[in-house]
Amino acid sequence: MQDHALSRPDLLARFPEIHPPLDYQSAVTEANRCLYCFDAPCAAACPTHIDVPRFIKKIAQGNLRGSALTILDANVLGASCSRVCPVDVLCEGACVYHRYNRQPIEIGRLQRYAMDAFLGSGAALPIKSAVTKTGKVACIGAGPASLACAAELRQQGFRVTVFEQKSLPGGLNTYGVAEYKLRSADSLREIEMIHALGVEFCFGEEINAAKLIKLEKEFDAIFLGIGLGAMHKLGIANEDHPAVVNALEFIARYKTGDNPNVGRTAVVIGAGNTAIDAARAARRLGAQSVKILYRRDQQHMAAFAFEYDQAREEGVEFRWWTQPVALHLCPDRSAIESVECVMVETSSDGTLNRAPGSEFRIACDILIPAIGQSPLLAFLEYLRGVKVEHGRVQIDRTTGQTSNPRYFAGGDCVNGGREVVDAVADGKRSSVAIMRNLEAAHA
Amino acid sequence: MPEKNIAPDLSVLFAGKIHCPNPFWLASAPPTNCADQVMRAFDAGWGGAVWKTLGDPIVNVSSRYSSVDWNGQRMIGLNNIELITDRPLATNLREIAEVKKRYPKHALIASLMVESNRQAWHKIVQQSEDAGADGLELNFGCPHGMSERGMGSAVGQVPEYTEMITSWAKEKARTPVLVKLTPNITDIRAVARAAKRGGADGLSAINTINSITGIDLDTLTPRPNVDGKSSHGGYCGPAVKPIALNMVQQVQSDPAATLPLSGIGGISDWRDAVEFLLLGCSTVQVCTAVMHYGYRIIEEMKDGLANWMAEKGFASIAEFEGKSLPRVQEWKHLNLNYKIVARIREEKCIGCQLCYTACWDGAHQCIHLDRVGNLAGAATAGSGHYNGTHATPAMREAQSREVIAVTPIPKLDRGARANGNEPYPAPLARVPRVDESECVGCNLCYLVCPVPDCITMEQVDLGLPPESWEQRTSSPPNPPTSGRNRD
Repeated sequence: MQDHALSRPDLLARFPEIHPPLDYQSAVTEANRCLYCFDAPCAAACPTHIDVPRFIKKIAQGNLRGSALTILDANVLGASCSRVCPVDVLCEGACVYHRYNRQPIEIGRLQRYAMDAFLGSGAALPIKSAVTKTGKVACIGAGPASLACAAELRQQGFRVTVFEQKSLPGGLNTYGVAEYKLRSADSLREIEMIHALGVEFCFGEEINAAKLIKLEKEFDAIFLGIGLGAMHKLGIANEDHPAVVNALEFIARYKTGDNPNVGRTAVVIGAGNTAIDAARAARRLGAQSVKILYRRDQQHMAAFAFEYDQAREEGVEFRWWTQPVALHLCPDRSAIESVECVMVETSSDGTLNRAPGSEFRIACDILIPAIGQSPLLAFLEYLRGVKVEHGRVQIDRTTGQTSNPRYFAGGDCVNGGREVVDAVADGKRSSVAIMRNLEAAHA
Repeated sequence: MPEKNIAPDLSVLFAGKIHCPNPFWLASAPPTNCADQVMRAFDAGWGGAVWKTLGDPIVNVSSRYSSVDWNGQRMIGLNNIELITDRPLATNLREIAEVKKRYPKHALIASLMVESNRQAWHKIVQQSEDAGADGLELNFGCPHGMSERGMGSAVGQVPEYTEMITSWAKEKARTPVLVKLTPNITDIRAVARAAKRGGADGLSAINTINSITGIDLDTLTPRPNVDGKSSHGGYCGPAVKPIALNMVQQVQSDPAATLPLSGIGGISDWRDAVEFLLLGCSTVQVCTAVMHYGYRIIEEMKDGLANWMAEKGFASIAEFEGKSLPRVQEWKHLNLNYKIVARIREEKCIGCQLCYTACWDGAHQCIHLDRVGNLAGAATAGSGHYNGTHATPAMREAQSREVIAVTPIPKLDRGARANGNEPYPAPLARVPRVDESECVGCNLCYLVCPVPDCITMEQVDLGLPPESWEQRTSSPPNPPTSGRNRD
């Protein structure tokens, strides 16, 4: 493994940013293209409702600090969202220029331009309340939902502690996003601003039932930003072989310098956005052939259309109606030899059936399952009075409040796995509700 | 009407004596500083040139120019603090003679500015004409530097001085004398009349406008920066065209002022030039556009003018010169019974709602977002400046902010696709509606709409005869009509 470990400069070279930063002139020119729509559809489409025309106008007027603060006021993770958001289906997808035969405004890159300037200047997040208010809040998990909730509450003068079982904050922003979209270093730099506000972080903290009881005594409100749990297993033989690396682990490893050996041929199972991130990474890490196997077809895949197009351009091969059924190892069991697959058919009632006699093998050096994450069912069991359905924490959507009034929740554990910006919006909504409750309780 | 395949005649005879192959002259400015430049300009196709102003040589400063950029567009306005020629008079005269000899069919005008002394003017007129100038342009307009020394606009702002010096020049001149007017005056007609009284054969208008283009917000020094200080300059370029057009119209509509006129002020393309010609100019002068893009722009100017003339059936410039002048009237003569209203073409609307916000904040609150849902009906007493009838912009924005939006994920949102049954490109809820009973026909929505032909201003027949304010206030009150009284 060590032979294949890439030095950081090499990693940067293999994962050049998919949307490189704008320079001053192109940012101003692009900003001036913005029509400054009233009640703009781009802002409505953004889960955090960033006032897009306003921050763009400020770029056009050379007020980069004001622009960044406009973004941060709505979305404290504006820097990472500017890189990872699927803008084609969000703000840029809503741009009125689509109806005018013109390219939409490059909102994501303009947002990044303002945020880069802000972070580069060393500026701090603004404090919204000069006084420290009564009330302590615990946020469980240090992913985007908790960070958004914690930052807003801290800005408003409350004391907030974030508990995280890993050693670094950011959740999938730090560990799970393709490096060409968001570098871990950029995720951490953004979170440092939240830390600088005075939000406390406790790392390596696994929360169990006893700890929860302690937290309930110590804190007035608890926000659950726990995300999802382990990735689903394929349920085939030899799945525990070291050359089977699930997509999230695969991404986390290369991002933290522990590059998996991709060999000559990598096979990814599943056709979601994470599968594509892993497949493209495998290409960049040296695999000459990368195949994505999916048991349905393009119409049913979970990946965004632009992700699919980009993967194709990068040489990733898609095999539809294909399901793995077994993994065959070399005689000495040191490596994978092939993955055995069958073709799948849909019957008239929509169920999937294996086509008899369709078995075939695909040579494979690394197998990367990417068929989704399972909920943290064991942890959810600890939560007393918090209603959970189908593995998702149930909340009031406008407040994030759960059926236990002291518990609030947001992000993937609530929505089943959407985007960073959705988690931020959830965290922000909960923070507003928590603040309202605490102020009422201590008035 | 001429055949469309016959090229229109672009040549002009200015003030009865100055011939030129087309009406496009270079204004007296840096592009006409020396013979090499003027000859290259003539080679490129310019019809005439007014030489950089002759006079006693001066010393210039650096820097000299500053500009106004707008929304990424460079130099929509240009400001300069450069003075008249800094080359020896003898050199300029020798070069004028050389150019005239090599380009006998082009108009070459000498721009002049000397101290206010009869002998000095006689001498420079004589020298210029001896060099071969086809005409003289008295620079009574330069607003910076020279005016502090009693020349330029210091003369042009006082009708008596203008008349006196014009008459001195005319005492000596054999070629046409043009007076270049400054816009830095309350009523440009006063000076134009004085020039005419002084015997001027023609006018040029306008010279540059006093200006400070901007201030560097780091150093707090206005631009252009000359060692930490600046001085007001002369403003020109596209930004000044509307001001110039108005002044040209004023002069040419005044019988006591009107003369053959060479129009100047922000002319950048053939359309600008046609507008000046339509308001009574015989030629036009260009500077800033050439400083920005070079002499080569003349090709498109001539081509555009010729094509327009061919399309409109004009065989010569004279056929349309001044044709728009009768259409500029005092407000009191405008028809009060002419009514237009805005119409929004739903099939073109992209839903930017700029018309909506413009009408609410900048006009008459007659564009509404009520095609879908009735937000106004749901309004409560506490919702701000609710006017009781229509939802306000603030109510609209608040409503949008409350909506919980999520990233559409195919796997999670199966079956929740937006319906594709919308009749128009923009969702109907985003297409504004004009209340024609409230619309005053101000044009603002039509002006802000980014989509061509999406908003049109349509005439509504009020069934009333034309009536101006003057007619309405001078005619005796109408006798009561029986129809109205019956109610």
